[in-house]
Amino acid sequence: MAAAASVIQKRNGGFAPTLRRGTVSIVGILILWEIGRRFQFPFLSAVPAPTEVVRSLDKIITNGKFWNDWIASFTRVLSGFALAQLIGVPVGLLMAMNRTLRYLWFPPLEILRPIPPLAWVPTSIIFWPTTELSIIFVIFLGAFFTVVLNVLGGARAIDKRHIRAALSFGSKPRDIFWKIVLPATMPSIITGMAVGMGVTWEVVVAAEMIAGKSGLGYFTWASYVGGNYPQIIIGMVSIGIAGYFSSGAIRLIGKFATPWQRQI
Amino acid sequence: MPSVATARALLEVKHLKKSFGLGPLRQQVLGDCSFTLQPERLTVLIGPSGCGKSTLVNIVAGYEPPDAGEVTLLGEPVRGPSAKRLVVFQETALFPWMTTFQNVLYGPMVQRNRAVENIEAEAIALLEHVGLKDFRDKYPSQLSGGMQRRAELARAIINNPKLMMLDEPFRGLDAMTRELMQEYFLKLYESRKQSVFFVTSEIDEAIFLADQLLIMSNRPGEITKTINIDLPRPRTPDVLTSTEYLRYKDESLEVLHREAVKAFAEGSKAAADFLEAYAEQMQDG
Repeated sequence: MAAAASVIQKRNGGFAPTLRRGTVSIVGILILWEIGRRFQFPFLSAVPAPTEVVRSLDKIITNGKFWNDWIASFTRVLSGFALAQLIGVPVGLLMAMNRTLRYLWFPPLEILRPIPPLAWVPTSIIFWPTTELSIIFVIFLGAFFTVVLNVLGGARAIDKRHIRAALSFGSKPRDIFWKIVLPATMPSIITGMAVGMGVTWEVVVAAEMIAGKSGLGYFTWASYVGGNYPQIIIGMVSIGIAGYFSSGAIRLIGKFATPWQRQI
Repeated sequence: MPSVATARALLEVKHLKKSFGLGPLRQQVLGDCSFTLQPERLTVLIGPSGCGKSTLVNIVAGYEPPDAGEVTLLGEPVRGPSAKRLVVFQETALFPWMTTFQNVLYGPMVQRNRAVENIEAEAIALLEHVGLKDFRDKYPSQLSGGMQRRAELARAIINNPKLMMLDEPFRGLDAMTRELMQEYFLKLYESRKQSVFFVTSEIDEAIFLADQLLIMSNRPGEITKTINIDLPRPRTPDVLTSTEYLRYKDESLEVLHREAVKAFAEGSKAAADFLEAYAEQMQDG
């Protein structure tokens, strides 16, 4: 047991090899890409080489508008995501604990859930007074169903013995909720957050391409329309990096919120 | 049978009946189950697997209502779970999201009738007593099976329940750890003299621990025999080879054997296993 724990600790503490390998693989891809471009690989003719992208990046970085696009996308993602958590987690918990609510809400949820978030864009634009609100609403929907279903599943799967043990110790209903149901559901809440976060970035980019006047999705689309190919790559990689940091943040939250779980 | 009826009964179980399922699938699990527990005694309930022992525990704990009959603790009828009738579950039911220390503190914390400093001091003392002082800030998943059971015992004892019920608490442990836990549990009991209701399907465990042995029949379960185990305390594993011990074992095995034959006739796999083992035992003896 102790031996296993120390192995796990070493693996977690051994940050350096992970970083080294990660760097090697990214640099390797960049070199292959550059070489492919230099040697005129078929199908790569339209893709600018990394060196061109970097040169173009130099111009953009000093340009405040590019950073405003970052901020715009992040603000939308975080607003939609936060709303999905704030509404989705309680809805999921209520449905898990109250059978009537579960039977009432489950059918409409299951009918609305398969509708892709982007199919909501037209209705959303008609319904909400500003484009900004409609984009946030679409992002919210993208994460909401995932969050609800994860929380519902997690809270329904609580080990009955834990509830019974808690009752046997003389727990009041509020103790059962705050000290048993909520922590027992926490891993599922975190999973819902991680999956939901992935969906929000997919949705924000697409929504900005359709309806936005700013943001990383809009930036990428506008670069395409304007024929600035290096900027398309910059837009794409920016979205990738933004998504990476968002998932990293969720992992960090998960680590603090569920310290009893072995980190994978 | 020596008369203990003069002492006031701690727990009285009167004519319990319980069935599960609907229509033709309906099965009677408990059929007219009655017995009495005396205070500060260790009563062990033993019966073939699937005979309704857990159902009985669930009813006494107040998790499930009986179809008929009544359970009273110190004359008060049981209606729902209470910290007076604490249950230690099969395998472990420690809360995985709490450290050992937080698990032990849980009961008194939600009962909110003692000062936090007192609770913490007692929890620390108890953890030291069960040899988990250095593991107080570990999560259950970081403890071995034996440590988890000891943490479980500490978590129950701190509540000072009127009756402590243990539903096959050492199931799932390897044979060695299980024996150690039995000795350990016995020491704990002999030093504190709590009222204990211990459920098991292991005959050696049952006789080694018990003041009083209740033998439960097959479904529908009822108490077919009560045996008072008058082995001296404090007990050590030496007792397992004494003649009195073997006499108690023969006596209880005979009853269990009758039950197993009945179950076998109804096609139970567990009963077939038991009969096989019983035949071997008789040859050895």
